[in-house]
Amino acid sequence: MIWNPNKECMSRDEMSALQGKRLHKIVEYVYHNVPFYRHKLQERDLTPDDIRTIEDIVKLPYTTKKDLRDNYPFGLQAAPQSEIIRIHASSGTTGNPTIVGYTRKDIGVWSECMARCLTAFGVGRDDIFSVAYGYGLFTGGLGAHNGVEMVGASVVPASTGNTEKHARLIRDLGITGIACTPSYALYLAETMEQIGITKDQIKLRVGAFGAEPWTEKMREEIEERLGLKGFNIYGLSEVMGPSVSYECQAQHGSHINEDHFYPEIINPVTLEPLPKGQSGELVFTTLTKEGMPVIRYRTRDLCSLMPGECSCGRTNVRMTPIAGRSDDMLIIRGINVFPSQVESVVLSMKEFAPRYLLVVDRINNLDTLEVQVELRQEYFTATFDTPAAIDELKKRLRDKLRSVLSINAQVQLKAPNAIERSQGKSVRVIDKRKLQ
Amino acid sequence: MTVNQLSIFLENRAGTLTKVLDLFKEAHIRIIASSIADTAQYGLLRIICVDPQRAYLELERAGVAVAFSDVFAVELDERPGQIAGVVRGLSEAEIGIVYMYSLFLHGKGLLFIRADKPEEAREVIRNTGLRCVPEKELPEWGS
Repeated sequence: MIWNPNKECMSRDEMSALQGKRLHKIVEYVYHNVPFYRHKLQERDLTPDDIRTIEDIVKLPYTTKKDLRDNYPFGLQAAPQSEIIRIHASSGTTGNPTIVGYTRKDIGVWSECMARCLTAFGVGRDDIFSVAYGYGLFTGGLGAHNGVEMVGASVVPASTGNTEKHARLIRDLGITGIACTPSYALYLAETMEQIGITKDQIKLRVGAFGAEPWTEKMREEIEERLGLKGFNIYGLSEVMGPSVSYECQAQHGSHINEDHFYPEIINPVTLEPLPKGQSGELVFTTLTKEGMPVIRYRTRDLCSLMPGECSCGRTNVRMTPIAGRSDDMLIIRGINVFPSQVESVVLSMKEFAPRYLLVVDRINNLDTLEVQVELRQEYFTATFDTPAAIDELKKRLRDKLRSVLSINAQVQLKAPNAIERSQGKSVRVIDKRKLQ
Repeated sequence: MTVNQLSIFLENRAGTLTKVLDLFKEAHIRIIASSIADTAQYGLLRIICVDPQRAYLELERAGVAVAFSDVFAVELDERPGQIAGVVRGLSEAEIGIVYMYSLFLHGKGLLFIRADKPEEAREVIRNTGLRCVPEKELPEWGS
């Protein structure tokens, strides 16, 4: 099934014409409403009239996460506050999160895009669909929620946590679809096994998995253990949230909702656009967004756009799975974590040396984050000569990390100078998760 | 009257204790008593030694997380009930024992106590009739 054949199956010429028209309009809109973009265009002697076709996009400057941070909180918002009906936030590289405001129309576009994803996965009005992304500032929960309502399925806003209860609901309500991170799906499978819910007692048949990288091997395992078919869904809050791209039944790349989110692949070092088929950094321009449009936003995700047509009948371009990042962002339990966030917390506590090591692992299908810090010799005093005092110090660090990162980290206290120094750029992250 | 105890943070992995003990050996500093508070991730080594100031400097120079703590060194003999008497006295005076450990040698013993109210604890220990050994006597104690 295809939710919107008019947009998902356009000819290339029609799509390019539509994108060109929308690009001109969005550039004109930000030029007049966002001083940041106006200055950037003026620096290049550009006016909106110079942007007429989609090919003209290469004339425009890139936008980065740093630009979003520098303009915290509402500097890049184009619509007046009275038009904003929802605000989400995602992790920033340091203290400030990235704030994204949505107008009523944005929420409508988002729901439409989400409905296209769910329809491609085979979800329809007869389904009972559980959303097990976190509801809150994170775009996953509410984003998926609106889409499920749009297609007319019954949405169960399970959110994360209380996995046992969720497992019982899946059995008792006959839930047929679920959206969550792939690692949470495995955790759910494990929980079901522990409490004695077997595959033949549940009716799950569709899984919408995203918000973190995953592999074909994980897909096979989830499908085997939950008895469903798992589909990839991709998105990022700076651009919209989940629904930027989605797999169809052919499961050969993820179709991009390119009438709303125009993709480019660039060389992350030279910033040169790359031809279709080559791997590089994914860049998006929001063609219709009102609240906080972004022009050529560098996602830092590495992938390629796939040439050729898809057997499912959709013509919108597909992207390959994300192969990595061109920065040091980590995705832990679906949450974006930057080492610099941890650094800012460690530096704020005088008891620790300004060095740290993040160890990321996946244990029983749940991502774990361990933060190793060194005791500072001069701050180790008689006050700390009991485990109770040291555990209290660790707890203070853990609490601060949780408030900044939104996830729980284990704190591993090391002796002074125990964290290895390396020549040149120090190794701050060890990611033990096997994703390939 | 208290004595200087060295409190040392140790990571819970092979070799960390050896490294610290070797520093004492190389500096020819005799360890009189020791105890370890152990947790799954780390340990706190507590050491009473001769010349704790020099030991502190050696450890500090080697980059070890070390601190001085004040503990009582209560002298005991072979009569049963002495430790119970001290503990009861502290408890009745509502003084918390942060930790304690002991040493016995040739019929004489030392009970090392860290108390949360040192001034009041000193009074209580004195009232039990037991003696606190001063630091300068420790090197010769028991010999």
